[in-house]
Amino acid sequence: MGVDLSAPAGRTLRLAAIGTLAGLFSGLFGVGGGIVMVPLLMLWLGYGAREATGTSLAAIIIIAAVAVATHAGYGNVDVEKGLLVGVPAVGGVLAGTWLQQRVPQRAIALGFAAVLLGVAVRLVIG
Amino acid sequence: MIEAALIGVLAGVFAGLLGIGGGALFVPALTLFAGLGQLDAEATSLLAIVPVALVGTWRQRGYGNVRDRDALALGVLASMGAVGGVVIANAVPERALELGFAALTVYVAWQLVRGARTPSDAPTGDTAAR
Repeated sequence: MGVDLSAPAGRTLRLAAIGTLAGLFSGLFGVGGGIVMVPLLMLWLGYGAREATGTSLAAIIIIAAVAVATHAGYGNVDVEKGLLVGVPAVGGVLAGTWLQQRVPQRAIALGFAAVLLGVAVRLVIG
Repeated sequence: MIEAALIGVLAGVFAGLLGIGGGALFVPALTLFAGLGQLDAEATSLLAIVPVALVGTWRQRGYGNVRDRDALALGVLASMGAVGGVVIANAVPERALELGFAALTVYVAWQLVRGARTPSDAPTGDTAAR
């Protein structure tokens, strides 16, 4: 990378680039944007994996809030169904964090990858 | 409807385990089991992500994994992009969103497989709603 990352201006520029890209992904696809932020924070700003995930997650609170407010302006948000998946997911996060210490991570990653590929096939076929 | 709630739990568990999977599972859960179209599912997924990200951040801060200033900068700087993304999502055909989302899930799956093969590269953490 040609830019001096230790220079404050270059660092801010990198954060702006990562943020803009993550925001676009979030607004366009209804995801948090972590899939963009985590690898780029590691690659461009020298973050460790855990710090990247934690910092990305904190940024997602703001990004998702802005994106959902914008969608609400278009009348696209179904609050009841959002709570239907969101509230159980909060319990799931706590369980997942607990489980993380006790089950093999690779098997889970591969299992989740298989689920996502199934989703992709379903989407393309319609 | 009950399936959507169960997938919500599953999405949360994966989020906690892998630092991934909030939106990637919320969106298909809402289209397949809650009768929403792709656009409404994406908008509604973003609402569901907020509490998950809040709880996840709270946990991560306890581990000292959150750089507050950078997170704030990222979030604020991302806002324009997020608004732009929503405007684009509302402007393009829903079928294009479906195909784009399918490509995104394939990419995430590929990242996970890569991470599972070389654990040191794996962008996983304690909790996240990626």
